[in-house]
Amino acid sequence: MSISQAIAVERPPPQARGWPRARIVGYSLVCLWILFGLGILAYLVHAWNGEFFAKYAPAYLRGLGTTLALVTTSMIAGAILSLPVTYARMSKNRILSGLAYCYVYFFRGTPLLAQTYLVYYGIGSFRPQLETVGLWWFFREAFYCGVFAFSLNTAAYQAEILRGAIESVPRGQWEGAASLGLHKLETLRKVILPQAFVVALRPYGNELVLMIKASAIVAIITVYDLMGNAKLAYANSFDIQAYIWVAIVYLVMVEILRHGVEWIERRITIHLKR
Amino acid sequence: MRIALRIALAASAALLTLGVAQAQEKTLRIGTEGAYPPFNNLTSDGQLVGFDIDIAKALCDEMKVKCTFVAQDWDGIIPALQAGKFDAIVASMSITPERQQKVDFTHKYYNTPSAIAVPKDSPLKGTTKADLAGKTIGVATTTTHFNYASKTYTDSTIKGYPSSPEEQADLANGRLDAIEDDIVVLQQWLDSPDGACCKILGQPSPQPVEIFGPGAGIAVRKGETDLVNKLNAAIDAIRKNGKYKEINDKYFKFDVYGAES
Repeated sequence: MSISQAIAVERPPPQARGWPRARIVGYSLVCLWILFGLGILAYLVHAWNGEFFAKYAPAYLRGLGTTLALVTTSMIAGAILSLPVTYARMSKNRILSGLAYCYVYFFRGTPLLAQTYLVYYGIGSFRPQLETVGLWWFFREAFYCGVFAFSLNTAAYQAEILRGAIESVPRGQWEGAASLGLHKLETLRKVILPQAFVVALRPYGNELVLMIKASAIVAIITVYDLMGNAKLAYANSFDIQAYIWVAIVYLVMVEILRHGVEWIERRITIHLKR
Repeated sequence: MRIALRIALAASAALLTLGVAQAQEKTLRIGTEGAYPPFNNLTSDGQLVGFDIDIAKALCDEMKVKCTFVAQDWDGIIPALQAGKFDAIVASMSITPERQQKVDFTHKYYNTPSAIAVPKDSPLKGTTKADLAGKTIGVATTTTHFNYASKTYTDSTIKGYPSSPEEQADLANGRLDAIEDDIVVLQQWLDSPDGACCKILGQPSPQPVEIFGPGAGIAVRKGETDLVNKLNAAIDAIRKNGKYKEINDKYFKFDVYGAES
């Protein structure tokens, strides 16, 4: 923030008085949403079924465990894999950056569903070749296939987040560090990444939220995650509650995550607050 | 706040179109799956074909109504019926007590047994619980076969698939030791190049009617007795006038109707 910016600060327009049209529309939309929420709540109270809960809650918990394991493993593996991809993507070597570009292009441009299918059923049909190279034990398990596809996918997104964040740090920071005689890696670690992380935090949070929700598709490759168990519960009971509960569990997960990200952001931007 | 107004307009427009779409149409809309050959299948150019489709067309001719077909994923087929996306399910749906709590069924229009398929070099000898203990069995979820497998083969690992082609692919891949499905569906696959890997091991026995039901029927929304009666009359009529036999012989070498009810 430079001084000239601080002087020419733009104030928000004064609050409108009375009931302009926009305010009426706004309030009525909010009311509509509140009514909608109350409706779901009323439905759940009305349709409360202790039997359903007792029968399927353990399965939901097991599914939640699977979902968390899948997302955590994939996110960490993806983060590690995203480092070389980012490096290649920012490299001056045409071939290296071209390859990384293709990787990112492919995984961001095709649906995760198709990627998961390709890994599970596609690679799965090359069993003899996989057995020769000793990888069949890995691709035999649906869970590993899921982790594999998810890691590759999230690595592409995370590489782009990281690259964008690093490039958002002004060139002057690199030059300043160089003039102080800092090594390139040291510059990256001590000067660039701390600043880049502030920019990257929100997109990382978004990516994690997207992964949690996208993980529901592993049910099609026979991994009983949270969504898979909800589907089974629905198949056995034909009770739409099965899906409402699972939606609530996902909502709670995402809400916890959102608050976590906000908390981290408050911590790491303390020096920017006035 | 302009944006809020636009969203409100878009939302009300969406609600309006929904309302129009739900206005009653004169034609009978029939829901089917399209991943269960030879009973119902989507061809590569998007046409629905199969025994179920031909039977449904014959029934519509018999009832003198115009019919349109909707392909719908198996898992969501009953909710879609209840939500009014179509008026009847002709998709080889077994008549079971659990489903009867949610929908009304006609009489059966065919009944074929469940069977188990294994790779040709499989060491498995029989289809009892002891024979399959410790093995991995693939079954399509939300089916009578799945319910039977989960209740019967409690010492085996049951893997659930969204539809039959996936479980077949995984048996061919070698991820599974066995799959359970309708014998006709399995046979059709085994006769195709994709099914060259595998063979039918046998039929689980006994196949209790509490799980498998009396056969496949047509499902309609609860309380639509009029439609059920019309469909039942049409099934009886095509059984009598030879139309059923004609369709049956087009697909099968034996009568899939099973015992007269």
